[in-house]
Amino acid sequence: MSRLLTTVLAAAGLLSLAACSGKPETPAAAAGQPAVASTSAIPGDFGPPQGEPVHAVLTSPPNVPPPVHRDHPAKVIVDLEVIEKEMQISEGVTYTYWTFGGTVPGSFIRVRQGDTVEFHLKNDPNNKMPHNIDLHGVTGPGGGAASSFTAPGHESQFTFKALNQGIYVYHCATAPVGMHIANGMYGLILVEPPEGLPRVDHEYYVMQGDFYTTGKYREKGHQPFDMDKAIDEKPTYVLFNGHEGSLTGDKALAAKVGETVRLFVGNGGPNLVSSFHVIGEIFDTVRQEGGTVEQHNVQTTLIPAGGAAMVEFRTQVPGSYVLVDHSIFRAFNKGAMAILKVDGPENKAIYSGKEVDAAYLGDRAEPNLHAVATAAKANAAGTLSKEDQIAAGKQLFTGTCSVCHQASGEGLPGVFPPLAKSDFLAGLGKDELIGIPLHGHTGKVTVNGKEYDSVMPPMSQLTDDEVANILTFVLNSWGNPGGQISKEDVARVRAQPAPAPAAGH
Amino acid sequence: MAARRLPALLLLGAAFAAPAAAADYAALPGGTFASVLPADGKAAPARIAPFRLRTEPVTNAEFLAFVKSHPQWRRDRVPAVFADARYLSHWAAADALGPDALPAQPVTRVSWFAAQAYCESEHARLPGWYEWEYAAAADARQADARADPAWRERVLAWYARPSSTPLPAVGGAPDVHGVRDLNGLVWEWVDDFNALLVGSDSRDQDGADKLRFCGAGAIGMQQKENYATLMRVAMLSSLRATDTTNNLGFRCARSE
Repeated sequence: MSRLLTTVLAAAGLLSLAACSGKPETPAAAAGQPAVASTSAIPGDFGPPQGEPVHAVLTSPPNVPPPVHRDHPAKVIVDLEVIEKEMQISEGVTYTYWTFGGTVPGSFIRVRQGDTVEFHLKNDPNNKMPHNIDLHGVTGPGGGAASSFTAPGHESQFTFKALNQGIYVYHCATAPVGMHIANGMYGLILVEPPEGLPRVDHEYYVMQGDFYTTGKYREKGHQPFDMDKAIDEKPTYVLFNGHEGSLTGDKALAAKVGETVRLFVGNGGPNLVSSFHVIGEIFDTVRQEGGTVEQHNVQTTLIPAGGAAMVEFRTQVPGSYVLVDHSIFRAFNKGAMAILKVDGPENKAIYSGKEVDAAYLGDRAEPNLHAVATAAKANAAGTLSKEDQIAAGKQLFTGTCSVCHQASGEGLPGVFPPLAKSDFLAGLGKDELIGIPLHGHTGKVTVNGKEYDSVMPPMSQLTDDEVANILTFVLNSWGNPGGQISKEDVARVRAQPAPAPAAGH
Repeated sequence: MAARRLPALLLLGAAFAAPAAAADYAALPGGTFASVLPADGKAAPARIAPFRLRTEPVTNAEFLAFVKSHPQWRRDRVPAVFADARYLSHWAAADALGPDALPAQPVTRVSWFAAQAYCESEHARLPGWYEWEYAAAADARQADARADPAWRERVLAWYARPSSTPLPAVGGAPDVHGVRDLNGLVWEWVDDFNALLVGSDSRDQDGADKLRFCGAGAIGMQQKENYATLMRVAMLSSLRATDTTNNLGFRCARSE
């Protein structure tokens, strides 16, 4: 039987060759058999469809049709209707979407590799526009586009064999293509490998798209499409599943701790490439670009416009996981956010939750300012000693004062007065002393017998704490008389009006 | 196409019927015009002879009068080769308008054959694509307003409006020629709708496919305002002469 078939096909092949060489085609070609190509020569072609034709189960996002579970190629009939309709794109904002099946993205289609797909594209009579469909899973010119160009109120049919397994984008390819896609005309078709995909607990359908409205992000009312923004590739919205909030709140994706999740993530574009990331998850497996090579332990996967990926992970810790385009302004300012809510018992061994809530001093808490941090902690705890203050003051002096007064406290002769063994300093009252870093010092001053006439600006960036520590350090260094300044002293002086320049000297 | 001659033959029989009520036609000077579909397939402008164009699309009331005087175009009598099953199906009856087809609304759900027959009853014809595109380039101030962003926005805004609400009545603001409603009300049949996708250079094997595929937007995209017009070309080229749609009407033209 199979040998006979091969013979017939070989004969048909010879005839088609003859046709190619310009000789007239014989009407008797293939002896009544349709001139189909060989079944064995083409990878992914598992022969003619068997059994009764089946109607494909189509699902609205974020749902995915159940696995095919079939061990033979079949004829699968897909009925997809194009519907132009007004829907909410964001709270209080409406947009005229063009859809495959009434949703954005369009209905999810699932077939098995080797299936013969009889595709019916219907254009709703109320629609204004002609439409067609280009399925990236189709091998043939235009991916079906030329065969499916359909006026409003009409239906087109074409048939293809799903030769390659994978997850594929489909979209409308009627001119202007960009506008048809920008209005939401895209979706995914999954071509399962013959043995099916590994079993998981949840499969979800998520598709990113960029939208261009004449009004600003979240500007209320009906918003028309903006061709200029689309050409400039400056979207108003970047969204998962076509609407802001389509996958958040009570519409969030759901899973339980310890379950496996497979996301079919597509990107309709029309313009942007997605840096798809789930905050708090690491993808155990990614089939990048929807291909057959598995990549493991992926944080962020790139999904091109007109491309898709399969992403799998196992949930370990309960909580809300945020799906984002990690080109992150799109997430927080253009809407590219969705939520996966994972319920179940905590697992503190994997993730503890918050253990410490402590003051953090930022980049000032470098090692050389460790004493400052210690003093700050001691101060907060009420155990601040004079030694803590001196240690902290020394480090603060290095940063703030030593540029002029020098680390040795000797100053620069004739320019910056010395602080070491300073008779001037020793003669100051406590409040006068505190007033110098707070208000600065301008004018003539005689220190240890030498006259200085320069300007010290107010060190208003220093806190009461810091001023107290610096002064305590200075008083207890370089042969100065000693003493201690508290932050309360500083606060009291700061509250007084500044003295007139050079007053008292 | 042989079928095109048939409605003319049919109309011979109807030639003695009373002509439809006189409609207003405006004179358009024509001249050279940079169409989105270059005359030579590359860049040559179209040459348009002076012609007259109906100032408004044909209304339900006008088409009802035509159907009464030419009963072979009633929806229950028209042969299937001249109109599909949706032909005038929003009318209450074959000879009555009803609530879904108000008298002053533009008539829609008419086939190319029916539109052609109507125009002949007005001693006119359907406009050619170049004539229609040239006329629709006008706004209230100038004959070719296509470079004005406001013109493009008005055209694109209509595409963005859902068609879930009833059509407005004809009688929008007149343009510089005194013609109304070319953009923003309904699609309109043109005489040569099915020739739009065929490249004038027959060696250009891709011609028929260009507007159907991804790369199609590149055609004539020197000016992006062409987008607005190309969508109309795409719509018209998706049709067959028997097709009717909810948003497709027509108006007539006369040669000078």
